Amino acid sequence: MTTETVAIAQRVDARGLSCPLPIVRTAIAIKTLKTGDLIEVLATDPGSTKDFTAWAKTTGNELVTSSVTDGVYRFLLRRK
Amino acid sequence: MTTITRPDTFLPPDLMDGLDDPDPFQGLETIASGETKTKSIVIVAESGDLERTWATTILASTAAASGMQVSIFFTFWGLFPLVRPDIRMTGKNWMQKMLAVMNRPGIGHLKLSKLNFAGMGPWMMHRLAKQHGVAKPGELLEMAQALGVRLIPCQMSMDMMGVSADQLIEGVEPAVGAATALELMAEADATLFI
Repeated sequence: MTTETVAIAQRVDARGLSCPLPIVRTAIAIKTLKTGDLIEVLATDPGSTKDFTAWAKTTGNELVTSSVTDGVYRFLLRRK
Repeated sequence: MTTITRPDTFLPPDLMDGLDDPDPFQGLETIASGETKTKSIVIVAESGDLERTWATTILASTAAASGMQVSIFFTFWGLFPLVRPDIRMTGKNWMQKMLAVMNRPGIGHLKLSKLNFAGMGPWMMHRLAKQHGVAKPGELLEMAQALGVRLIPCQMSMDMMGVSADQLIEGVEPAVGAATALELMAEADATLFI
């Protein structure tokens, strides 16, 4: 069995925050990373799924995965 | 099998703490798509109302977070939110002073265009905002500045309302006229009049 390790470089907790704070905080945080680094964002704003998709498209950063569990949205992004 | 490793802690909840570092936001524009020209937005902030200033600061900070170049031109009532919080009175003659009395300057003292009820409306709005994790216009303006948003006041409004440059918050650019504002708008990808 092969083991693959995914290292997340930075995490942003935007739970309980409304638009545009999840995006603005992620934009500030992703700035501290290197190209290819992964950042994980937790949010509870129901609009964030569309917002993060749009933001990734606008900025060129990659939205690797997007999921929701018990009302908490989780986004994994890779810095461009 | 995939093993995921994570840092033990989240980024400090108050990212603004990092503002004391020497320009921690430098280079943010490189996040913007490299192939295409950086998009630019000009917002004309004409209203000093709470709800409209909210719209201005939300759009400006989000656009900057998305790698766009943002300039806000503050004119007429829109000028007052730029006045420093410690300045209660602006104006040189009695008419200008009356303006500051009736329309308290500073982004922390904005009124709603409707349901203001002598301040009860904005008070409730701020409570609702807090309950729903919405940042105040002042906080959003600070973040916008940190993300490189240009704040440009209108010279004519400053003269007419009796607001001087030293009464404005730090980081505001020198005042300009309509010609400069129009030049920015003509070159921008989108212009909003709020």
